[in-house]
Amino acid sequence: MPRRPSFKLLLALALTAMIGAVLLVSAAAPARAADAAAFEAAVTALDQKSFGDKAKAVDALAALGDARTPQVLRALSAGQLVRHKETGRILIAAGGTLTDAATGEAVGPADGAPLAKIVANNQIRTQIEAALGAFLLFSENPAERITAARQVLGNPTPEAAPALVRALDAETDAGAREALTRALAAVQLLGGGTAAERLAAVETLSDTNDPALKALLTTAAANDPDAAVREAAGDAVKAIDTRMAVLEVGQNLIFGLSAGSILLLAAIGLAITFGVMGVINMAHGEMLMLGAYTTFVVQEVFRATLPPSVFGLYLVVAIPAAFVVTGAVGVAMERGIIRFLYGRPLETLLATWGISLILQQAVRSLFGATNREVANPEWMSGSLELLGLSLTANRIVIILFAFAVLGGLAAFLRWSSMGLNMRAVTQNRRMASAMGIPTGRVDALTFGLGSGIAGVAGVAISQVANVSPNLGQGYIVDSFMVVVFGGVGSLWGALAGAFSLGVVNKFLEPMAGAMLGKILVLVFIILFIQKRPRGLFALRGRAFEN
Amino acid sequence: MGPITRRLASLEKGRGWTVFLILTAAFAVGVPLLNAFAPADSALHVPTWVVQLMGKYLCYALLALALDLVWGFAGVLSLGHGAFFALGGYAMGMYLMRGIGDRSVYGNADLPDFMVFLNWKELPWYWWGFDQFWFAALMVVLVPGALAFVFGWLAFRSRITGVYLSIITQAMTYALMLAFFRNEMGFGGNNGLTDFKEILGFDMTADATKVGLYVATVLFLAASYLLCRFIVTSRLGRVLLALRDAESRVRFLGHSVTGAKLFAFTVSAMIAGIAGALYVPQVGIINPSEFSPANSIEVAIWTAVGGRGTLFGPILGALTVNGAKSFFTGVAPEIWLFFLGALFVVVTLFLPKGLLGLAATVKGLRRPTLPTPDTQPSGEKTHA
Amino acid sequence: MPEPALATNHGPAALAAGSILYLDGVSVSFDGFKALNTLSLVIAPGEMRTIIGPNGAGKTTMMDVITGKTRPDEGAVLFDGSVDLTKLDEAAIANLGIGRKFQKPTVFENLTVFENLELALKGPRRTFAVLLASLTGAQRDRIDALLATIRLTERAQALAGALSHGQKQWLEIGMLLAQEPRFLMLDEPVAGMTDAETEQTADLLREIARDRSVLVVEHDMEFVRALGCKVTVLHEGSVLAEGSLATVQANERVIEVYLGR
Repeated sequence: MPRRPSFKLLLALALTAMIGAVLLVSAAAPARAADAAAFEAAVTALDQKSFGDKAKAVDALAALGDARTPQVLRALSAGQLVRHKETGRILIAAGGTLTDAATGEAVGPADGAPLAKIVANNQIRTQIEAALGAFLLFSENPAERITAARQVLGNPTPEAAPALVRALDAETDAGAREALTRALAAVQLLGGGTAAERLAAVETLSDTNDPALKALLTTAAANDPDAAVREAAGDAVKAIDTRMAVLEVGQNLIFGLSAGSILLLAAIGLAITFGVMGVINMAHGEMLMLGAYTTFVVQEVFRATLPPSVFGLYLVVAIPAAFVVTGAVGVAMERGIIRFLYGRPLETLLATWGISLILQQAVRSLFGATNREVANPEWMSGSLELLGLSLTANRIVIILFAFAVLGGLAAFLRWSSMGLNMRAVTQNRRMASAMGIPTGRVDALTFGLGSGIAGVAGVAISQVANVSPNLGQGYIVDSFMVVVFGGVGSLWGALAGAFSLGVVNKFLEPMAGAMLGKILVLVFIILFIQKRPRGLFALRGRAFEN
Repeated sequence: MGPITRRLASLEKGRGWTVFLILTAAFAVGVPLLNAFAPADSALHVPTWVVQLMGKYLCYALLALALDLVWGFAGVLSLGHGAFFALGGYAMGMYLMRGIGDRSVYGNADLPDFMVFLNWKELPWYWWGFDQFWFAALMVVLVPGALAFVFGWLAFRSRITGVYLSIITQAMTYALMLAFFRNEMGFGGNNGLTDFKEILGFDMTADATKVGLYVATVLFLAASYLLCRFIVTSRLGRVLLALRDAESRVRFLGHSVTGAKLFAFTVSAMIAGIAGALYVPQVGIINPSEFSPANSIEVAIWTAVGGRGTLFGPILGALTVNGAKSFFTGVAPEIWLFFLGALFVVVTLFLPKGLLGLAATVKGLRRPTLPTPDTQPSGEKTHA
Repeated sequence: MPEPALATNHGPAALAAGSILYLDGVSVSFDGFKALNTLSLVIAPGEMRTIIGPNGAGKTTMMDVITGKTRPDEGAVLFDGSVDLTKLDEAAIANLGIGRKFQKPTVFENLTVFENLELALKGPRRTFAVLLASLTGAQRDRIDALLATIRLTERAQALAGALSHGQKQWLEIGMLLAQEPRFLMLDEPVAGMTDAETEQTADLLREIARDRSVLVVEHDMEFVRALGCKVTVLHEGSVLAEGSLATVQANERVIEVYLGR
């Protein structure tokens, strides 16, 4: 009859495995040769009818601590351990070939061989898991030792203490030492240690962010027999709570900045077309969408024509490509339609909405209505840890990119002659015209610039969102809110608006849920522009009042 | 004639009244008669599905009329009128939902199916009273009206005008859409309210009910048209036109710009609510997508196509555009958005006064094509 | 009417008593630029005053402050000796009896001349009252009289947008008269007018000034001379000189400001 797995059993396993491993590590080569026969016998012993006997055989095998032990036990756990009905040899059948379980020598193809499977049940699998865990504490690979220590940490039992103590004694790797120390601390706190040891354990674990360990400390704070330990554990829990709260704020801030940088990219173009030119471009979202589709096309071209080694560079090509494509669409829109509607903002709004419908349907007809897949290049995947915060690479790249675009644009407007012309036309069209600035061309280029930047924003958006014909619609209300909130015509307003909305939204989300958070932000903006109808960075004065 | 009858008579000029009465009679009486008595194989027969489709379009026309009151006259382009429409629709939908009773899938007489599904135990307080038609009917106008009043008060008081106002009304309907998508709101979430059985005791699947709803729509449209005429031919109507062109000048004359706009906006929202309430029983469903900003913008194009600032134009525009929509979506659906998009562009560039303006130009009529009220209300002429 | 009881008090109220308009220490700045700099000005009931000054002297800002369009950063603005105008909005100030004519004629182009005057007519201004208002015989007579005054009887039913520039100026003056203001402000009322029109306008204004206070902002020195009233010179947001036209024209500093060094 299979018994319930008990901690005693696991302890025994751990001990035996550990002893075996120590023997293994320290034993001389001739001793190993002598052990080979014993190992083979232990492997053969696994082929038992009753699960109870099989469990004992697993214990025995683990106790031997041979280098091949984990492989055999894993095979048993995975149902790959078989007995050859004719030779009686115990084999591992994996990937269509057979290998001898005891020696590791290849035996031949599995196909057609008369095999009997040696079955394991869940209890035995659990047993194997524990045996392997303990075994791995003494693995030759430090990374495996760390993993094993973390496993104990994740599920500490007092019985594991002695094994950990010995493993720690033998440990030389700093990382593995730390992991073992923590695991031991957890085990000791759970009841495996003296009062002094438990107090030290609290100290060791107080820097954790793991909710399970925090729960362990909470239990200790309530139930530990020693008052000093209770107090220390209580303090540790409080410290953890504070730190976690700070971390959460930090994490929200990063997420908020990340969301804000997308908003900023989407809104910078609007700050130019709406803020500087006073044109409501309802097709602005479609400029983002066109930018994202340009990215998709560039990616496909790279895939089709260039070696995979340079695939990661497709984004670098996509950025100018998107700028040119959407910029050209913008110039065409301005010359073809919008310039006839200056001074009639509501009509401009409706006409550009019409353009947005046409662009959406055109893309739908060309590329289909379904999402298109745009891959993150290698250098944008992965993440890095900073002060306990995990930051994904694409978020960081997009935040930096948003700042770069904003800075570049500010510099362009400030120092280039085209930028000077744009500012001149914005501030006094008649005078600019009288001074020989070609206002029509400046208008077209300004609109093209705003649209082009939207296209560049689309490249960034393609890295974090689905690329579909409706992509733009999701951003249009938000980016208008950014511009209205920040103050029309001000790049700094767009910056402040985008980041404050992004961050506020992220902080509201956990409290109110994603949708309600968004609703609250919208309501807030509607109320906010009661107080500051011209936004955060309002331009004041007679010239701006009419 | 007493002053009131005189004022009523002055709503239209002689020919205007004739056209108004003929159209109302043709739609309210003629169509149902042709539906009921013309033989099914005759060219004059109007099948019930056509009557139903016309009913739906007339609800859109009512919505466009409401928008014209604020956009065409007060110069306030609301891109959130879809929200008032949808709120009226939800109020009616809640009544119809309560009317299902134990005929629902779960058979719970006290709770709509979606609440049973959400494991709610009792009706939320804001559903109280909606089993009564009079209460629901009151909410159809009061809820959109109250929202418009509060929103408008905040916006107009702080002098948010032009595109700013358009953008925040768009944000308003967007926020409402997100809110109504939430199951926790208690309005059926994504699926909205549907599967209605009866209205005021009439079976909603019966042809007679469908025709009845159509006739009600025609009558409400006619009455709302007259109400809007009353407003735009009053001195307040002239204040609205004046502030559309020179808002600060109106202030320096001592008129309350906020008050005038707020009045028009609130009345307009109420009419939009009625349109939504008539729409829901005719299409059999109301869901949060009615709040989508795109819907509200489309209303603006119906209004612009017909000719804003004319009250009649938007009705014509709504019927024309939606007729075209039905035609295109039947023949070549992918062309429809191209067409609609081009319509936005063409109308704003070449037809700023809409179809009515075009007709006036073509006929070479000397009638002012600018949205001007009658040069003199006839009530005043009696003094001369 | 000034309230005599206030005359014995001290502070601004005491100084303001007996005036129709009283500005003291009014400052307004836009992004650091001081449009008005502790401006003080007192206008007596029935007085007609001309304000002159170079561009940017603060003339328009001053009128914006008086009519409630712009809130001053500091200073007192009192009407009729006691009503604090800084607390009221444009419509309320207009209803107190302060009329303003803009530099650029602003009439309602899509309404007829008659309707323009009808909207300006003194009367109830509450929204519902306006909705239900109808023209009485007396009001119609008043509008007819105004039409005659501004010489637009013939064009009563024409759209205001169809009027000539000078006619629009007159219509706007007519609308101001229809408001029956006690205090009237006119911003360059003769800009863009022919000589004949200018002369007629000067006659019109003198007639108007007989029973109300008038403040005229003007550039045209001939017109100022024709009005023949006290002149205040504004410069950089405060008063530079005050007196008859001849006095201020002889003032060294005024010459300096106008002619440059």
